[in-house]
Amino acid sequence: MMLEIGIEHYLTVAAMLFTLGVFGIFLNRKNVIIILLSVELILLSVNINLVAFSSYMGDLVGQVFTMLILTVAAAEASIGLAILVVYFRNRGSIAVEDIHLMKG
Amino acid sequence: MIAAICFYIFATILVGSAVMVVFSKNPVHSVLFLILAFFNAAGLFVLLGAEFVAMILVIVYVGAVAVMFLFVVMMLDINFTELRKGVQDYLPIGLLIGFILLVEMVVIVGGWSMSDGIAITITAATPPANEITNTDAIGRILYTDYIYLFQIAGLVLLVAMIGAIVLTHRKRPGVKKQNIGDQVRRRRGDAFEAIDVKPGQGIGKI
Repeated sequence: MMLEIGIEHYLTVAAMLFTLGVFGIFLNRKNVIIILLSVELILLSVNINLVAFSSYMGDLVGQVFTMLILTVAAAEASIGLAILVVYFRNRGSIAVEDIHLMKG
Repeated sequence: MIAAICFYIFATILVGSAVMVVFSKNPVHSVLFLILAFFNAAGLFVLLGAEFVAMILVIVYVGAVAVMFLFVVMMLDINFTELRKGVQDYLPIGLLIGFILLVEMVVIVGGWSMSDGIAITITAATPPANEITNTDAIGRILYTDYIYLFQIAGLVLLVAMIGAIVLTHRKRPGVKKQNIGDQVRRRRGDAFEAIDVKPGQGIGKI
């Protein structure tokens, strides 16, 4: 049981990663950088799920979709960091609570 | 046996470094632990037989995304101790939501099973690994059946690139730049003036 790695093992690891990512978003509510890192963790857990199912069901499409998720994650990270840099230039801090001051 | 040991090593380090990403005090350490997590996830992918995705993960995530995070964290002069305040306030609600999520997922994974009556539909079956490499097999379906997906992925990256440049580009006053058009348009009369100097009067004001 322990020495035979099935799909459940991978799903468990992915579930733990996903939970840690959501937990990180709640824990570091003031720090946008850690929030972005937590989003990356969540996307990584989704990728692990996709690749695990792809491998155990013998279907390659899961790996193709993993690459699409990688692309979207890279785009999301770059846009998020660009917004962060602009926000820091304007306000001199990256505190999440002040973001509502930017409206209008 | 070896695969099981490797799986447990990779999984343990992966989850441990994910914990450190969330809990570490210094964001630079968080990013470095994220890089460690990505390396171990790539190890898991290799164990699953998805070498190409594993290498893409290392190249794209570790080589590009994580380094970009490092650049931004080090470039911005942020008071991180200020941002750490209030973590204790959010700890109970975070723990509660994390616990609920974990219980939900344990229930789902524990109660999950494939029905017998369902016909398994495999869109693109994985070819045997001793005939064709993983990269080759992915390439054969990625550039034929999933060409539109591939093109859309490229488009997403292009839009992200344009967006990031538009957002961060700024015109700063007082920065001198070369303007080739001005240099080419410049004529002799713009820079040079012949003055007839009368004796004993000097040139006065120019």
